[in-house]
Amino acid sequence: MLMRTLNSLAAGLIALVLSAPILVVAGVSVNEKKSLTFPPQGFSLSWYAEVFTDPGWRGALVTSLVVATLSAALAVLIAFPLAWFLWRWRAPWARAFEVLGMTPFILPPVITALGFLSFWAAVGEYGSPWTVVVSHAVFFVTLPLVTLSLGFGAVDRSYVEAAATMGADDRTVLRTVVMPLVRPYVISGFAFAFVLSLNEYIVAYMVVGFTLETLPIKIFNALRYGYTPTMAAVTVLFVSLTALVFGLIAWFGDLPRLLGAWAKND
Amino acid sequence: MIRRAPRGLAEHAPILFPALMLVVFFVIPFSLMIAVSVFRRVPGGFYEPDLVFANYERFLTAFFGGVMSFSLGLAALVAALAVGIAFPFTYRLVRLSRGAQIRWLVFLLSILSLSEVIIGFAWSTLLSRTAGITNLFVALGLMAEPQSLSPSFGALLAGLVYQAFPYTVLVLYPALARLDPYLEEAARTLGSSPLRAFFTVVVPALRNTIVATTIMVFVFALGSYLLPQLLGRPQHWTLSVLITDQAIYQSNMPFAAAMAVFLVLVSLALVGLALLAGRREETA
Repeated sequence: MLMRTLNSLAAGLIALVLSAPILVVAGVSVNEKKSLTFPPQGFSLSWYAEVFTDPGWRGALVTSLVVATLSAALAVLIAFPLAWFLWRWRAPWARAFEVLGMTPFILPPVITALGFLSFWAAVGEYGSPWTVVVSHAVFFVTLPLVTLSLGFGAVDRSYVEAAATMGADDRTVLRTVVMPLVRPYVISGFAFAFVLSLNEYIVAYMVVGFTLETLPIKIFNALRYGYTPTMAAVTVLFVSLTALVFGLIAWFGDLPRLLGAWAKND
Repeated sequence: MIRRAPRGLAEHAPILFPALMLVVFFVIPFSLMIAVSVFRRVPGGFYEPDLVFANYERFLTAFFGGVMSFSLGLAALVAALAVGIAFPFTYRLVRLSRGAQIRWLVFLLSILSLSEVIIGFAWSTLLSRTAGITNLFVALGLMAEPQSLSPSFGALLAGLVYQAFPYTVLVLYPALARLDPYLEEAARTLGSSPLRAFFTVVVPALRNTIVATTIMVFVFALGSYLLPQLLGRPQHWTLSVLITDQAIYQSNMPFAAAMAVFLVLVSLALVGLALLAGRREETA
């Protein structure tokens, strides 16, 4: 009994410490005047409005959403054929590409960022807006790769055999049998990559830092000129968006399974 | 469907695009970075192909040695604290109902994917004079007047552990979720207290998982590049910060690349050790 009380107490404390920074930022974001005080003085949502009306913040928000959508889509386009190939054929050598896909995620991010910086500079594309999309797609390809390997692994091969016996070729099997079964894994792979790209700073900064402002870059630049409640409002919006995406993954997919097999595949 | 080796171009076609993308946009940039590390820096911000080891020789300076040992020590401290808190936490987490587990996982994933910029901003606000935690202490009568707690080593450590905690839980989660619950029950039936069962049965059974996780968290903490700038003082800058600084602000790509190569070697060696420790557990 005492043990249980202590356990809940510890869990409650951890939940409190984990949410404390976000709660304070949420409080700061509704200050009436342009000051970062907590508890907030007065109540105003004008800082949230500024995120959408101020061209600088709105531009950064739109840039981030576009970059995250495109790079997550490209990451899935890279991961899907690779995961399918590994599942469909016996090709041990192709595992090398799987390892390649996992590496950028395990190494300290500054290394991948520096690699991209030297690469884009060498090919003369340093600063071009599209380079950040390719960079993020390769950086985050690990996530759809892991969810898709898991998804293909869960497909019952006897369905595929039944379809093949009745004369379906690979393409038909993929479209009519496999695709519906792995769709949730495609979506969660996309969602993971999307959220991480949205929050990514160092790769974006090294690749397009001087030409394009994503939201994390904009927040960092704003930090140098002093704090405003707008930054707090943006942070709250970002945290909510992130939690919403993961909530949706949990709602439509099997989150414990996705995370349980995640490390098994590493 | 027969799972045989693929034959001919048509059967290999699907892997061409992913293979090409990974080679062109990961293997080549990575190799290029290694090459740049032996290039010669040209004043004015660029570099020329060459084969010099001057960039590596700078590792021998006292300044670099200081940064390196601080980075490793800090990462070790963060890993020890994060695993120390996360292990008992995850042990309880996997025993909660499915719904409760999912709520925790969504919460932890949300914090894990937060940008370092946002974590740094949130913690510096939490520790600031005007909005910070000290105002609460003043209200409770524990302190005379609010004060700023950041930047400081404590602030940096808090931020790093905060960032590493969800990662640690998610690395531990699969191993603990698959741990046989009868292990603890058997110990309890034989009369040991829950605490005793935890420390004498569960912890030793998962010793290799704990070692592997600690190493993974160590590498994760080593990668932190913004928190030392936002929450620490200049003497708290880590290797990752120094690499960014040399590459962007000092325009010394060759030296930044040499440090990055060094960081890769350290990380890969550690990840190899972690995989080895993890594998031993599976065969045991």
